[in-house]
Amino acid sequence: MIHSEELESPAPRLAEAGRPPLAPAPVMAQMSAPKVDGAPRPGAAPHSKIVTRNLEFFYGGHRAVKGIDISVADKLVTAFIGPSGCGKSTLLRTFNRIYELYPGQRAAGEILLDGEDVLSPRVDLNLLRKRVGMVFQTPTPFPMSIHDNIAFGVRLYERLKPSAMDERVEWALRKAALWDEVKDKLKQTGRSLSGGQQQRLCIARAIAVKPEVLLLDEPTSALDPIATAYIEELVHELKKSYTIAIVTHNLQQAARVADFTALLYLGEVVEFNDTYTMFTNPAKKQTEDYITGRFG
Amino acid sequence: MSAERNRRYLQRRITNYVALTLSMVTMAIGLFWLIWILWTLVARGFSGIRPAVFTQMTPPPGSKGGLLNAIVGSLLMTGVGILIAAPVGILAGTYLAEFGKKSWFAATTRFVNDILLSAPSIIIGLFVYEVIVVRTKHFSGWAGAGALAIIAIPVVVRTTEDMLRLVSTSLREAAAALGAPQWKVVVLVTYRAARAGILTGLLLSIARISGETAPLLFTALNNQFWSGNMNAPIANLPVVIFQFAMSPYEDWQHLAWAGSLLITVSVLLLNVFARVVFRQKKAG
Repeated sequence: MIHSEELESPAPRLAEAGRPPLAPAPVMAQMSAPKVDGAPRPGAAPHSKIVTRNLEFFYGGHRAVKGIDISVADKLVTAFIGPSGCGKSTLLRTFNRIYELYPGQRAAGEILLDGEDVLSPRVDLNLLRKRVGMVFQTPTPFPMSIHDNIAFGVRLYERLKPSAMDERVEWALRKAALWDEVKDKLKQTGRSLSGGQQQRLCIARAIAVKPEVLLLDEPTSALDPIATAYIEELVHELKKSYTIAIVTHNLQQAARVADFTALLYLGEVVEFNDTYTMFTNPAKKQTEDYITGRFG
Repeated sequence: MSAERNRRYLQRRITNYVALTLSMVTMAIGLFWLIWILWTLVARGFSGIRPAVFTQMTPPPGSKGGLLNAIVGSLLMTGVGILIAAPVGILAGTYLAEFGKKSWFAATTRFVNDILLSAPSIIIGLFVYEVIVVRTKHFSGWAGAGALAIIAIPVVVRTTEDMLRLVSTSLREAAAALGAPQWKVVVLVTYRAARAGILTGLLLSIARISGETAPLLFTALNNQFWSGNMNAPIANLPVVIFQFAMSPYEDWQHLAWAGSLLITVSVLLLNVFARVVFRQKKAG
């Protein structure tokens, strides 16, 4: 980690290094020029599902998020990247107010979900979390069967006949690309699956309650490369139906899956742009330093 | 350089050897007494284990008999005791782990529970004597079960809290993130995850109270005859052992040894069973 003064004027360091201003980083090498699905350019702004206005977050007296204005585009993938402790996970955890499990943590400002302020005390937390699902860093299958793992969330909102529940379970597992692997062992405990399968089970569980937004908090950091590739493929598939916000410390991952990317540092947004521009022609020196691996 | 390294390596090996020897010796000292106790019990008690022990009542001095009434009384009081202690203890432990957490009320409860956990059981016997026996003007099985429950509750509270705390916060977050209210998170997810541990705690507290003598002396007292009446003095193994072992009559002493062996073996089996349960559930 380096001081912020240095970040604002990193030119001398670059000159010393004797590199061209835009060193070809491996990240950029793997990107295809026209972004997948023709991600909208900044000019043609897509509809925003979530918009934050001057969002602040406090762990007790510590201000971890400092006045963030950002938007998450509808039915696209928005990635939050940045070094450890930059506030990217904290930001994600405000969208479904999961931080409220812990006394002493609070958010201020506005988070508009379809124009409605999520932080308003009148918002029903459980219904908010039905609309905004979340998948965590480590897979968290509940200590029950694969079928019941998925039925758990559904039962909170709907009373389905067993046959309708079976259909819903199959639908969610198919959406999460897990059905073929588990269809013969739905009664087995969710913990019997491999790590990657467990994570897809968690995604299926989140999808089963039919949310509008999916928050993915470093969903592949505990997985091996093959399982990671599966999840990334899945994210591509899921964005057809859901708005996705993903936190990742893996820059290549952001480059691969996200339509928009925001770089956070010390609780502030350094740069927020469509992923292609962000990784090929960043507006800020600091962004360039981060994506070329000079800091963070 | 190399000589220096060899010298240090030798030094480390010696330190290692000494530490290992010391820990083996202390373990041997602990095991020595345990095995001596078990050996004495088996040697003296085993010959006393006859069918009559399980079919006949405690005899008057000088005649043959068994321990049936004492076994049944012990089972009754331990059973009722744990039936009282389990819900109270599990609910209190749940409050501490899931709801109270670091609040002053939870901290105070935890502190008081720790005191209760180490309170001498004879004090608890005297307390129940004052509160129940003196007021009802007679000894009773209910009073005995109450005393046993008071001994078991802090054990259950502690193990329940500890086991619930072992459940990872990410599991709770995952359930809450689906929109489950807190009570559903606890009942449907956290309890399931901690089930084996909580069950183990219950089994261990049964083991703990099944051998308690002091609290029963003041509450259930004893009964030489068959009685399943919890509202009257009732026979129980620990007090019978206490009474028979102190007596000069040889028949009684034999029965005391047999009773001691019975309690020890059942406590041992309970402990082993608890461990097996815990290990199995953890693996699953």
